[in-house]
Amino acid sequence: MGKNTGGEAGTVEQFLDSTLESVDSAESLVIEVAQKAGFPEEDLHKIGMAVRESMVNAVVHGNQYSAHKKVHVSVSKGSDRLTIIIADQGKGFDLNGVPDPLSEENLLRHSGRGMFLIRAFMDELQVRKLSPSGTEVTLTKYLVRK
Amino acid sequence: MSVKLSTRQVGDVSVVDVAGRITLGEGSSALRDALRDMVSKGQKKILLNLGDVSYIDSSGIGELVSGFTTVTNQGGQLKLLGLTKRVKDLLQITKLYTVFDVHDNEAGAVRAFT
Repeated sequence: MGKNTGGEAGTVEQFLDSTLESVDSAESLVIEVAQKAGFPEEDLHKIGMAVRESMVNAVVHGNQYSAHKKVHVSVSKGSDRLTIIIADQGKGFDLNGVPDPLSEENLLRHSGRGMFLIRAFMDELQVRKLSPSGTEVTLTKYLVRK
Repeated sequence: MSVKLSTRQVGDVSVVDVAGRITLGEGSSALRDALRDMVSKGQKKILLNLGDVSYIDSSGIGELVSGFTTVTNQGGQLKLLGLTKRVKDLLQITKLYTVFDVHDNEAGAVRAFT
């Protein structure tokens, strides 16, 4: 289980174990913050799915379920946006090595759609390698007020 | 709630009613096991009723694709029934909507098997 830590105003952080249960925990945490920030139902679904896919990457591909490695999740509510940072402690992965899931030859592949869905559902995605190890993804969704 | 699967027979078509979440872990492995079991028993006409599927992630999509290729490679047919808007949208943005034979109505879907 993770723990909440105090952060800057409007930021919630957790350090989660490298388990599939943590994927659910992170999704619930972020959706709760997004709901309070006023995101509509359809955006909540998209944000939740992007977080789920990012967490699966961190737990499965990054930390490889290691009991010794944590996933750091941070969600910040700004006046016009939600920013989510998910960082693992794994060896890192090459984004360019993920084949395009929409190309004809890859359509029937079993896997490889996670990053594509994250890009499709969020407004911004940044990926950076951490030193000495790990990958950090930053997801941003803008709040469009009606 | 994770996924719940139940199978029934309509003529020579095996209908799998799927409810809940098809996500990495229990949900996607339950679907994979069910489809493999049906194929191993020689069932060639499989209709996946996804009307009560509330959520599907990339792993769940992967299982649908794997199920489709497994059944097709065995000379069978796998069709989808009753997609919710979210599942339909997901299949459309991943360009899989036209790969699957998708139906809104069970009787029509059963008749579409050859």
